[in-house]
Amino acid sequence: MIELKNVSKWYGSFQVLDDCSTHIEKGEVVVVCGPSGSGKSTLIKTINALEPIQKGEIWVNGTPVHDPKTNLPKLRSKVGMVFQHFELFPHLTVTQNLTIAQVKVLGRSQDEARKRGLKMLDRVGLMAHKDKFPGQLSGGQQQRVAIARALSMDPIVMLFDEPTSALDPEMVGEVLDVMVSLANEGMTMMCVTHEMGFARKVASRVIFMDVGGKILEDCTKDDFFGNPDARQSRTKDFLGKILQH
Amino acid sequence: MAWDWQMFCEDTLDRTVREGCFGTGGDITYLDWMLSAWGWTVSVSLLALLLALVTGVVIGTLRTLPDSKWIVRFGNGWVEIFRNIPLLVQIFLWYHVVPAVFPAMKSMSGFTLVVLALGFFTSARIAEQVRSGIQALPRGQRYAGMAVGFTTWQTYRYVLLPNAFRIIIPPLTSETMNIFKNSSVAFAVSVTELTMFAMQAQEETGRGIEVYMAVTGLYIVSAFTINRIMTFIEKRVRVPGLVAPGAAGGH
Amino acid sequence: MNLSFDFSFYNWDLISNFILKGLYFSVMLTVVATLGGIFFGTLLAMMRLSGRKWLVVPATIYVDGMRSIPLVMVILWFFLLVPMIIGQPIGAEMSAVITFIAFEATYFSEIMRAGIQSVPRGQMSAGQALGMTYGQNMRLIVLPQAFRNMLPVLLTQTIILFQDTSLVYAIGAYDMLKGFEVAGKNYGRPIEAFVAAAVVYFVICYTLSHLVKRLHKRIAIIH
Repeated sequence: MIELKNVSKWYGSFQVLDDCSTHIEKGEVVVVCGPSGSGKSTLIKTINALEPIQKGEIWVNGTPVHDPKTNLPKLRSKVGMVFQHFELFPHLTVTQNLTIAQVKVLGRSQDEARKRGLKMLDRVGLMAHKDKFPGQLSGGQQQRVAIARALSMDPIVMLFDEPTSALDPEMVGEVLDVMVSLANEGMTMMCVTHEMGFARKVASRVIFMDVGGKILEDCTKDDFFGNPDARQSRTKDFLGKILQH
Repeated sequence: MAWDWQMFCEDTLDRTVREGCFGTGGDITYLDWMLSAWGWTVSVSLLALLLALVTGVVIGTLRTLPDSKWIVRFGNGWVEIFRNIPLLVQIFLWYHVVPAVFPAMKSMSGFTLVVLALGFFTSARIAEQVRSGIQALPRGQRYAGMAVGFTTWQTYRYVLLPNAFRIIIPPLTSETMNIFKNSSVAFAVSVTELTMFAMQAQEETGRGIEVYMAVTGLYIVSAFTINRIMTFIEKRVRVPGLVAPGAAGGH
Repeated sequence: MNLSFDFSFYNWDLISNFILKGLYFSVMLTVVATLGGIFFGTLLAMMRLSGRKWLVVPATIYVDGMRSIPLVMVILWFFLLVPMIIGQPIGAEMSAVITFIAFEATYFSEIMRAGIQSVPRGQMSAGQALGMTYGQNMRLIVLPQAFRNMLPVLLTQTIILFQDTSLVYAIGAYDMLKGFEVAGKNYGRPIEAFVAAAVVYFVICYTLSHLVKRLHKRIAIIH
């Protein structure tokens, strides 16, 4: 469903992605991890072209993302994205956040969009907050609304860019619960995260990136966690550091 | 020194005091004149404000467009030109130079030219505020707009501009008050607004203090009224729970 | 387009006879009003921050009052009042100098106030803990830091002030703009005169504002 072929990206002369190739099949949950500065957030943003690339090819469901002629808004409307800092629209109520893109981008009617949005809101357990503004919700609640916003567009794949790293520890669980249930329902997902518990529970594959924007590991979850001897030393270092906690 | 407020009731031609203080049958008193001058001040200011808001928002927005080097340069150039020439000089340019270059504008009244001058002058300052308002928003907001499938235009229309608008209301308030104050420069091209009235009535009656006090009072009333209106607007558009831009982002 | 632009209008005679005198006055007015404005502005700011009602109230009324009326009106007021108060006529130029110091002081005081408030309270406490008086604290600890924080804004205000000096036109003082206007009238070429005025103002203000921008970046790095 998603195919990255030899993707490279530079900021000026500084290389952030170095010849990255991978693929994600329908129904797979792929976790991307790695130290800060490894380009993992940049990599996930290239998939819906929030970050343009200079070299390589990216295909999403048969659409060439790297092609300048591609209708990006149309592509993006089919790819759900959840951000580190939630990025709800602060001037709109929760319901408006859920419906605005359905109406303006997908052309759904106000009623239809509302029905769909509220169904997703119910799903993340926040029906009671439908008329509030984002600023009146906790971080965990905002992130769940952000997931609902992405889901109401009926995406074919969901991208998560460090969805829990800006949250207070006690709120991480509620967001991960939503993500786990999504994964169990067969949603295709790509998640940049350090939550290895999440990876162990639902990931099909794990990608490890290292400083310089290189993909160092790309293997099944069982291989990644169960067969440490086959891992590169950088990976072992990294896992050692984050699993201590 | 005795104050003589009765002078406002005098006819502007024969200087006789009119009963009721307002002129009749086409004659006007100084009070009539002053109120009409106030009207000119308000008209010049409001029209210039409208022009400045429209132009300023457009130019300010253009300056934040991603990957459009020449559009951004055009916007920057606009701001630099209108910001670095004194308003009075700009008014003289509109009055003397522009009609010479564009003969079609020769028939334009001083009033129109002052509105254009004041409007474009202020547009540069509003453009600057719009630009910095948009750029003060967290980068993720632009991404989020794009990620849900908005085009660049939709991202501005539904996400960035409404957000930035709330940030720039306070500076817009002071800019609106500035427009009223700056409209006084119209005296230089003989638009009979308040300052022009003050200068002429002072000369004709010799009652400078009374005339200036009345005019100053009207300027203060105008400033106060705008302030109340803008505070009202600010309250109306306030979003519950939104403290500062990006506060929710946890930066 | 029947515009015949006469470049021979621009010559040294014109500059030396009409412009230089005006330019000198504009610059002098800017410099004097900046220095005087900063001096009285600092006093006003300290009055407003003193917390003593009998100082706060008059300073606030003065600052807010001045700022809510057009500068042109202020210029006219002073031109009218100062001779009455001192009992003898003064020239438009002298009147302009007094007006601009009094008027700009209110703008500089607001900048100062923001600058002083930008210095963390802990600095004042630290000074007090070392046994400094309020005056010593202000002079040695707070103001030097405040001044650095607000230097760019201060300079920007000076550029605005330079532009504002053109408003002395209202009382007929001979500044740079007046110089161009008179020259334009004498030679019957107002278009060339006003274009030149605009160019000169633009070059001066644009250059200065660029220097301020660069200074701002340098200060930002130090912080």
